Amino acid sequence: MSNFRIAGKGRVNRSRQVRFSFDGVDYTGYEGDTLASALLANGVHLVGRSFKYHRPRGFLTAGSEEPNALVGTDRGNGRFEPNTRATVLEVFEGLKTESQNRWPSLTRDIGAVNDSLYMMFSAGFYYKTFMWPKSFWNKVYEPFIRSAAGLGKAPTAPDPDTYASRFAHCDVLVVGGGAAGLAAALEAGRSGASVILCDEQTELGGSLLSEPAAEINGQLAWDWLEDTNAALASMPNVTVLPRTTAIGYYHQNFVGLCQRLTDHLAIVPDGAPRERMWKVRAKQVVLAQGAIEKPLVFAGNDRPGVMLAGAARTYLNRYGVKVGNRVVVVTTHDSAWHAAFDLAKAGVEVAAIVDVRGTVPTQLVSAADALRIKTKIGWTVTGTKGRLRVSSVRVNPVGAGGKVGGAETIACDALLMSGGWTPSVHLFSHTQGSLTWNEDGQMFLPGRGKEECRLAGAGKGRFGLKAAFEDGAAAGAAAAADAGAGSGAEPASYHVEGELSFTGVTGRELPTDRDPGHAKAFVDFQNDVMAKDIRLAVREGFKSIEHIKRYTTNGMATDQGKTSNINGLAVASDALKRPIPAVGLTTFRPPYTPTTFGTFAGYNKGALFDVTRKTPIDGWAEENGAVFEPVSLWRRAWYFPQVGEDMHTAVARECKAVRTSVGMFDASTLGKIEIVGPDAAEFMNRMYTNAWTKLAPGRCRYGLLLGEDGFIRDDGVIGRLAHDRFHVTTTTGGAARVLGMMEDYLQTEWPDLKVWLTSTTEQWSVIALQGPNARKLIEPFVEGIDLSEGAFPHMAVATGRICGVPTRLFRVSFTGELGFEINVPARYGRAVWEKLFEAGQRFGITPYGTETMHVLRAEKGYIIVGQDTDGTLTPDDAGLSWAVGKTKPDFVGKRSLSRPDMLANDRKQLVGLLTADPKTVLEEGAQIVLDPNQPVPMEMVGHVTSSYWSAELGRSIAFAVIQGGRSLQGQTVHVPMPDNVHSATITGMVFVDPENKRLSA
Amino acid sequence: MLLIRCPYCEAERPELEFTYAGEAHIARPADPSALSDDEWRDFLFIRTNPRGRHFERWRHMHGCGRFFNAVRDTVTDKFAMTYKAGAPRPSDEEIALAASSVKEARP
Repeated sequence: MSNFRIAGKGRVNRSRQVRFSFDGVDYTGYEGDTLASALLANGVHLVGRSFKYHRPRGFLTAGSEEPNALVGTDRGNGRFEPNTRATVLEVFEGLKTESQNRWPSLTRDIGAVNDSLYMMFSAGFYYKTFMWPKSFWNKVYEPFIRSAAGLGKAPTAPDPDTYASRFAHCDVLVVGGGAAGLAAALEAGRSGASVILCDEQTELGGSLLSEPAAEINGQLAWDWLEDTNAALASMPNVTVLPRTTAIGYYHQNFVGLCQRLTDHLAIVPDGAPRERMWKVRAKQVVLAQGAIEKPLVFAGNDRPGVMLAGAARTYLNRYGVKVGNRVVVVTTHDSAWHAAFDLAKAGVEVAAIVDVRGTVPTQLVSAADALRIKTKIGWTVTGTKGRLRVSSVRVNPVGAGGKVGGAETIACDALLMSGGWTPSVHLFSHTQGSLTWNEDGQMFLPGRGKEECRLAGAGKGRFGLKAAFEDGAAAGAAAAADAGAGSGAEPASYHVEGELSFTGVTGRELPTDRDPGHAKAFVDFQNDVMAKDIRLAVREGFKSIEHIKRYTTNGMATDQGKTSNINGLAVASDALKRPIPAVGLTTFRPPYTPTTFGTFAGYNKGALFDVTRKTPIDGWAEENGAVFEPVSLWRRAWYFPQVGEDMHTAVARECKAVRTSVGMFDASTLGKIEIVGPDAAEFMNRMYTNAWTKLAPGRCRYGLLLGEDGFIRDDGVIGRLAHDRFHVTTTTGGAARVLGMMEDYLQTEWPDLKVWLTSTTEQWSVIALQGPNARKLIEPFVEGIDLSEGAFPHMAVATGRICGVPTRLFRVSFTGELGFEINVPARYGRAVWEKLFEAGQRFGITPYGTETMHVLRAEKGYIIVGQDTDGTLTPDDAGLSWAVGKTKPDFVGKRSLSRPDMLANDRKQLVGLLTADPKTVLEEGAQIVLDPNQPVPMEMVGHVTSSYWSAELGRSIAFAVIQGGRSLQGQTVHVPMPDNVHSATITGMVFVDPENKRLSA
Repeated sequence: MLLIRCPYCEAERPELEFTYAGEAHIARPADPSALSDDEWRDFLFIRTNPRGRHFERWRHMHGCGRFFNAVRDTVTDKFAMTYKAGAPRPSDEEIALAASSVKEARP
C-alpha cells in the first residue's frame, strides 16, 4: 500500500499511530486524522457508491458539507451509525468502518447497472414510471422503491448511548471558530461579556488550520492560533466548545448546539453522554460560519480522485497528505491556484492548471510559471476517465464566442476543482433573515435580519484573512457593547501576510464540445442530480426553484445542498433565461448538519421518556402480583391474577367477589379538586349542568361538565362538605384539563366570584370498598360517622376517622353494589389499605383492577367519559338528560344544547347491545350497519364503545353509539368483522339490577 | 422557543412555561339564551385568524398559573406586548410604545 503522507507537514500527531479498518481492511493513521485524511494517506479514494446510479465515489470535500464519503461506523459495544461523513469522523484505535450502497463489494457493485441506464432514470423518473397500472402500486412499485430507497444500514440494536442536554445563557454567542469567529470571541471576551464560542471541528482555527504559511501580526498562523487558544482559555467569561455544531437558530436568539463528546474516543467512559444539546439563549449572536467551496459542473466531475481544490489543500497542509501524485487543477476561481502551488511546493507533480476564465490575475500566472506548472487559461474540461479512480482529464480550448476547440487529454490521478465560494448563511436564514444576490461575487449575502445578530467574515462575503479578522473583531466588539458589556475600546487591528487571492466567477456547466444532453455532469453528488436533469425539469414546465428542487431532488439529500444549491440555481437560471435572484433560493432549515435523534431526545428516553405516576398503594399492588395498564400518565392495577389464572378468569373471579361479598379497588388516581369560597355553589352552578344550590352539605351528586359547545367533557361524583366547600372528583385523565378549564372561567369570565380552586388529586388516597359486605367490613374502623342506611345513605359524604386517621368517607358506587370510597391523606393510604385487606379476609376480600371496574360499571350502564363519549356526545346523546338542570338560567354549554343540530333526532345515541350469540364479545371500535347485505362501502350508523364478558350474566354485553339508537330499541344491527358478521339487538344500557336495589342493601 | 413576558410575574420566561389559550377579547355573553343561533355560533367558532397583529390569550401554566393577554404578530411570531386579563384591548399607540420599550430593554 502506497503512502501519501508528506514528512513535516500537517498537524496530526505523528507519535500516536492508530489502527482502524475500512471494509475489513486494516489501515493506520495518526491521532488528529479524520477517516478521510487517514484513508487518503493510504491512497484510498474510492469510499462509496452513489445513491441512484451506484457510481464509484470518493471524497469531494474535507468538511461537514461532504456529500459522497458516507460510511457506516462501528464504534464497538453496539454503537453503529450509518451515513457518518468520513471527512469529519476522527479516527481512533479500533474504529471499524464500511462503505455503503454497494453489493457485493465496493469495487464490483451490481447496482451500477443503473449507471448505464441513466437516461431512463431522469428527473421525475418515479413520478413518470410508477403511475400505472394502479394495482401495481402495493405489490410491485412500493416494495421496489422501498428496497432501493435509503442509504446505509439502520442499526438493529437499541442505541446504547446516553445523551445530555442543558440550557445556557450568555451575552454573546459566536458560531464558528475560524479567523472571524476567533477575533469576535477575543473582543467580546476582553470586554468582560459572557461568551460562548462553538465550532463544529475538532479544534478551533477554521481555515487557519489549512494556512500554516500565513502570518498574523508577525506570527505564523499556527503560533498565533496557539496563543489565541490560550488567551481564550484564560478568560473565565469565555466558554469554548469545539466539536459543537450550531444546528438551528430560533426566535429571540435561541440557538441549538450539538456537542459531540465521545465519538472520537477509543474507550468511552462508563455513563459518559455521547452528545449534549446546548439550548443557548444569547443576548447577541455573531455568525462566523465561513464559506463552502463550489464544485464545477462538467462531465465526469464525480469520479473518485476529483475533489475540491480547497479540500486538497486542507489534506496537504492540515493533515500532511497529498491527494495524488500527479494532479490537474481546473478552476474558475483564484483560490484553486494556491492549492496547486502548495502541492507543487510539497513535491507533487501538478500536470496543469486549467482556468476556464479568459483572464487570470498576472501574479498567479507568474507564480505558476516559477513553479514550472503548465497553465491553460481559457480552457474547459469536457470529460474524465477512470472507473474507480480518475486517470485522465479531457480539456479543450474555448475560443472567441465560446467555441470549444479540439480536445487534449492529460493523465492524472487527482483532479482538483473550484467554482468559487458560497458564504454559509444557513443559520441566518433559519431566522427568516433575507438574502440579497451579490452580482460581483455571484453569491447570496445576508440582508435584513430578524434577530439580534451579526455576520462576520467569509460567511458574509468578506473573503481573506485580514478582512475576516477585522470584520470579526468589529462584530465581536459591537455585539458585546449591545449586550451591555462593551468597553468602548477600538477593536484590534490585524496585519496579515500571505493572503490568498479570492477573485473568480461562478456559472453553469462548463462549456463542452459534446452533447450536453448526455453529459454526466453532476450538480448534487449525494442525490445524483445532473445538470441535464435540471434542464429537463425546466423544459417540462417547472419555473420555481422550489418545484425544480423537488422534481429533481437537487439539494434534498442529507447535506441539504451545501455544495449543490448554487450550482443548481445557476443551471436553472440559465435554462429559464432569468437572472438568479429572480429564480430564487430554496429555504435553509435546521439542522445545519445531520443530527442524531439521541441529541434531540436527550434524557427523555426509557423510564424518563414520560412520567409514570404511581399511587401510594401501587407498591402493594406490585407486591401482590398486579398486572398494570397505563391510564393517562398513571400506571394502574389492571387485574390481580392468581396462580394459573389468565385475565379472563381473574376478572370473572374479581367481579364475582364484588357482586357477592366485597372487593377493594385503588381509586386514588381519580382527579380531585377542592372548590372553596362564599361563591362556591354559584361557581358550581355555572360550570356543571346540574343544580347545586339545594344540595345539602353531607350529600353527593353526579356532576356533568360540558364544553361551551355542549358536548360532554368530564363527569364525576361531587360531594358538598360544607356550605362553601365542594370535593369535586373528575375522570383520571381529565383532572388537569378540568382544573384548567375552571381556572379559565374563574380568572377571565367571572373574576368577581369569591372561589378558590385547588388540585388535591395527590393529597388523597382513595380506597373503593364495594360489595354487600362493605359496610360490615369498615364499621369497626370508622369513628365519628353513623354508617347506618338511614344516617349515611347512598350518595352521602362525611368527615371522620378510619383506622385512626382522618377520612372523607363517600357512600358511592361505580359498581352498583353497596360501596364506599374512603379518602385518607395520601401518606396513610397504604396502611389503611393493608389494614382493611387484613380485616376483610373473613369476607374473602378481593382486590380488583381497572378491568373489573370497567365490567362492573358497564353491567350497571355507567359510562366512562372518553371511552363511551368522544367529544361529540351531548348529555341527551349519552342518556344523561336527567343530570341537566333544566331550570338553571345558564351553565357552560347550555346555549349550545338548543342549537338545531343538537336537537336533531338522528344524532348518534348511546345504547346497549346484546349479541345474538351470547359468547361473542364484540371488538371495541367495531362499526355497525343496519343491512349486512348492502354493497361495500356500507353505510355505517355507529360503533361499539365498550364491550365485555359479564360473568354475572354469563354472556357478553356492550355499549354502542348508533344513529337514532334509542328509538331503535329491540332492533337487530350488524357488526361486520374480518371473521364474521355478528348480529346484535339494541337494548337499554342497564344490564344488572335496574331497580338499584343493591345500592341500598 | 419564544420568550414571553408574564404581566403578573413581571418577568420574561421561556415558552415552555406557557400554554396558548386562543383569541383574546371574546367575552362570554352575559345572557347566552338571548343570543340567536347565528350569534352563538359566531361566539363559539368564528375567529379573526389575521395575518399580522393578533390579540391572544396565554396562560403561565408552569408559573403563576394566570391567564393573560398578548399582542403577537402571526407572521414574525414576535410579541409586541402582554397585559393582564380584563385590561382593555390596547390601542395602536400603546402597542407601538410597548414594542419599542421591549426593544430598548433587550438591545
